[in-house]
Amino acid sequence: MAALPPYASTGQKVWHYSYLVICAAIFFFLIAPILIIIPLSFNAENFFTFTPEMLALDPEGYSTKHYRDFFTNPDWQVPLWNSLKIAPVATFLSVALGTLAAIGLSQPHVPFRRAIMAILISPMIVPLIISAAGMYFFYSRIGLQGTYWGVVLAHAALGIPFVIITVTATLVGFDRSLTRAAANLGAGPVRTFFKVQMPLILPGVVSGGLFAFITSFDEVVVVLFVGSAGQKTLPWQMFTGLREQISPTILAAATVLISISVVLLVTLEVLRRRSERLRGMSPG
Amino acid sequence: MNITRLLTASTALVATATIASAESHVEMANEMTIVSWGGAYQESQLKAYVEPYQEMHPEVSITWDESSAEAVAKLRAQNEAGNVTWDLVDATAADAMRLCDEGLAMEIDPDEDLAPAPDGTPASEDFGEEMLVSDCFIPQIAYSYTFGYRNDVAEWDGKEPTSVCDVFDTETFPGQRSLEKRPHNNLEWALICDGVPYEEVYDVLETEEGQDRAFAKLDTIKDETIWWSSGADTPQLLADGEVVFGSTYNGRLFSLIVEQDQPVNMMWDTQSYDLDGWIIPEGLDEASLARVKDFLYFATDTQRLADQAKYISYGPARKSSAPLVGEHAELGIDMAPHMPTNPENSKGAFVQNYEWWADYRDDLDAKFQAWLAQ
Amino acid sequence: MTDSATTPPSQPMAVLPGGEVTEDGPMLAADGRPLKHSLNRALRREKLRAFLLVSPLLIFILVAFVAPIAEMLFRSVENQIVSETLPRTVVALREDQNLPEEAPGEPVYEALYTDLFIAAEYKSHTRLGSRLNYEQTGLSSLFRGTGRDVGRFDTDIYTDQFIEAEPALEDPVAWSNWMADEEIRAALPQTADVWDAWVKLTVEANEDDPLEEDVEDFVYAALYRDLANGAAPAGFPDVDVSGFETVSIKALFEESDEDWVDPQIWQVIETYSPAYTDGYFLNSIDMMNGPDGDAQMRPDDERIYLKLFWRTMWMSLAITFSCIVLGYPIAYLLSTLPLRSANVLMILVLLPFWTSLLVRTSAWKVLLQQQGVINDTLVWLGIVSDANRLTLINNATGTMIAMTHILLPFMILPLYSVMKTIPPSYMRAAKSMGANDWTAFWRVFFPLSIPGIGAGSILAFILSIGYYITPEIVGGTSGVFISNRIAYHISSSLNWGLAAALGSILLALVLTLYWLYDRIVGIDNVKLGG
Repeated sequence: MAALPPYASTGQKVWHYSYLVICAAIFFFLIAPILIIIPLSFNAENFFTFTPEMLALDPEGYSTKHYRDFFTNPDWQVPLWNSLKIAPVATFLSVALGTLAAIGLSQPHVPFRRAIMAILISPMIVPLIISAAGMYFFYSRIGLQGTYWGVVLAHAALGIPFVIITVTATLVGFDRSLTRAAANLGAGPVRTFFKVQMPLILPGVVSGGLFAFITSFDEVVVVLFVGSAGQKTLPWQMFTGLREQISPTILAAATVLISISVVLLVTLEVLRRRSERLRGMSPG
Repeated sequence: MNITRLLTASTALVATATIASAESHVEMANEMTIVSWGGAYQESQLKAYVEPYQEMHPEVSITWDESSAEAVAKLRAQNEAGNVTWDLVDATAADAMRLCDEGLAMEIDPDEDLAPAPDGTPASEDFGEEMLVSDCFIPQIAYSYTFGYRNDVAEWDGKEPTSVCDVFDTETFPGQRSLEKRPHNNLEWALICDGVPYEEVYDVLETEEGQDRAFAKLDTIKDETIWWSSGADTPQLLADGEVVFGSTYNGRLFSLIVEQDQPVNMMWDTQSYDLDGWIIPEGLDEASLARVKDFLYFATDTQRLADQAKYISYGPARKSSAPLVGEHAELGIDMAPHMPTNPENSKGAFVQNYEWWADYRDDLDAKFQAWLAQ
Repeated sequence: MTDSATTPPSQPMAVLPGGEVTEDGPMLAADGRPLKHSLNRALRREKLRAFLLVSPLLIFILVAFVAPIAEMLFRSVENQIVSETLPRTVVALREDQNLPEEAPGEPVYEALYTDLFIAAEYKSHTRLGSRLNYEQTGLSSLFRGTGRDVGRFDTDIYTDQFIEAEPALEDPVAWSNWMADEEIRAALPQTADVWDAWVKLTVEANEDDPLEEDVEDFVYAALYRDLANGAAPAGFPDVDVSGFETVSIKALFEESDEDWVDPQIWQVIETYSPAYTDGYFLNSIDMMNGPDGDAQMRPDDERIYLKLFWRTMWMSLAITFSCIVLGYPIAYLLSTLPLRSANVLMILVLLPFWTSLLVRTSAWKVLLQQQGVINDTLVWLGIVSDANRLTLINNATGTMIAMTHILLPFMILPLYSVMKTIPPSYMRAAKSMGANDWTAFWRVFFPLSIPGIGAGSILAFILSIGYYITPEIVGGTSGVFISNRIAYHISSSLNWGLAAALGSILLALVLTLYWLYDRIVGIDNVKLGG
């Protein structure tokens, strides 16, 4: 599909190019909302609207005031820091516990494997509003509601299925003779894990961790219930913003986050290529 | 039950209570968590009374929690868990009534807990019965649900709507409308525009036929209506030209028209009054309660309520505050004409019956949602 | 793939097929134990090790997630509030014969008087009113209003007559002595019960000393009933109550609010008096407990939940389907491109995934509304006229578009990971044997990619069935899901029982799907990229 063979018929050519057009259209659908956000975040007005001045490309219609607001207003800075304090810890918990459990689950003999798997995946399949309400009542009772650790634990629970799924997937293709070889050569289980297993399942762990991180970083329903003023996260601030006073600062915040994601994704890709080179695998 | 044990316990309890009350004054907590709505409204509270109070009492630190929209649910869960973390909650009158019903809010005595007017009129009279709608409710402001309309709609041929019933007139005033996604106000407006006099609205709405009549009236504009659920929706829809009419809080329209300078006009006809105020959660410890009461006494006095009107166009709940309403803090315009309580604006105002809604809310909400889903 | 993880791989030690028993006896391991035991022990150890690795997370999830949800869902049947607030009334109602034709007899009202008096002191009567108002409109104000009146009921005629007949009956200390006497208590059961309640109330709610307070009227009213029944315990003042002036408590209640003699009201209280109720579940499938206690459908104008469940299901299906239609070509393209270009394009897939859901939804609002970007562009291109702009938002279309966008990456990632495992040589082989492009794709590639479709579909479907923020913002009235109503009942109407019942049904649906999925595809086959 990548390139058309020179002997392709006219029909094949037509089909090939229309297929590419369809794909381009779908990609456009995927990023259209994001492309909309960026110009609107430079809106000089306080609404999510393309003003006539903006459409006429009049510099008057544009302004960076929403970015100034985002970077100077404590209403935005405090939630940003809260998010940055909560997400990594929740991710760490998810990844540590999740990886351990995924390794356990990949052992040949695990009693009640299906049932355990279902329980561990449950945070992903239970509708969020039910989880949020349930955790809210329960955490209130045990004094975790409205605390930092309450939010961290709730978010860790939500992130775990992603870690389990990605790490299990890498372990499915894992060659067990490698650990046996390591054991045979005298390495203890811990050493085997860190020296042999870990480097090989690392891609799964990293991608699960990223999913867990984004789950926490973009989560609004649960934090709205389990958190209180002290744990107000960025999505929470956006949610109140959308509900109480629409301001394109939300879009400025989103643009900043998108830029960070792009940098992150590109870095990951570069790192991946580098590691592939190091491991001597062909780039495909 | 072991009565003897209970009696002994009670004696001990009474004894400690006597000792406690014998002490001259109670220590006041220096931390206070205030729950409010966020946005411009919270800002007005901050400027008008929280900052002045903190100037007087620099030792007090205040945490804001912008959870008023979920206040009833959260407070109920906190109370169930026996772990109330809020000291003072801003709530609408209807929510306050429900919190009071649920035993989640403390009953107050206006004359004892609130400051009298400068001329000595006791608080209960200064606020008046129409403001003190629940035993737990300490009113701050009167706001209203009213309509804004675009003043640049070509299809209207220069005609301007003057009455709430023009919202139902899609012939003369074509275009989309936005109404709130709940039965309150909408059913009342529908009946009023169907010819029911103000004072009979709730009697009619109690009957099956009356409800059908209200829904039938709403049916006439159902296809042209966008239903909003958050206060920011209607201003955005009006600014986009997505709707030509929209109901929302009058303060939102003020900011849209005066502060943002959008081509929108305000229609005060049949504005529906609502109240917003404080409640004190049940179950505060003594020190927190003492601090909250001290703050409230200050924050709801005549001058403070009048000051709030400098920052937002909501009417102070005290009669004695009205003459003190001055100019907008930044724009320097006279605020009185923008108050829902201004005599010129309140001529055709409609007053919601909270007690009635407390009964009919569940039933009518189910019917309203079923009607929406049809 | 599932198989390799669930079935044990071959053991490192060679074991004779068929069994370990040879002619010379059991086969032995190196340490001299029977090999079978040794293997079993190793197996047990391995099981234990696996379990130990899993257990920290299992415990964590059970405590931090499963327990809260179980507790939440339990609220859907819980209904102790009626019998806790009105304990005596509930008992009296059970013995009453008048219902359902007419209002209950005097004993029920007497019990209600005591219960409501106490409840009003604890301020729990309004909470009960709110609870029962879910079942019958008007009960909220009925309880609130009468709760205010009940302290002022004219029942002091019993108090006055007793004190006149025997002044010692005014003394709370004497009362507490009598009430400590087991024989008197046994002879005056109603009085003893009500006295205990009064003492508890005085201490707990009012924080007073019962030995210094005037005994409340309702205690004397109970005493009158006990004595009128012919009780004459030794050690208690002998008062002849036959000539006492009496008052009908029922009439007092009727005076406070005539709804109290409406049999329908009582029917509701009786129906909801057990500690557990099916009422919330009935409500969540548009049914209710009818006047005669049988389950029946609600009136037409109140039916909504079945419709919402149905809508949630079919719209989630439609969203899943559009995810397949849009996701498949993209995944196919990515899987056939060289890895480097595929990874760059993958960033386009992941970018929306990493962008806040709230922001993406708001962006769709800007794009889709009538004065929005898409309509403006179409009008500018002359495809639609200015007067007939398309309605793309605040309806089911809006929800479909925005949700498809949000869930598309969840479809593309598993599809891509499955397609990457299909060797391109299969297609080439098919073509070399004479298949044209379409046949080769349809007969060879597509069947092999079905597991990916399965994985993506289940993920998209399960996630979409529980969404509520996006439908809330772009769904208008025809595009909202059942989760929106659950959220409403949790945060606005406070009808947590109904929210829990709706949630239980939704969860049951999702779990059934999950189970089916696990049966058909296997949960191990879900891959999120990588």
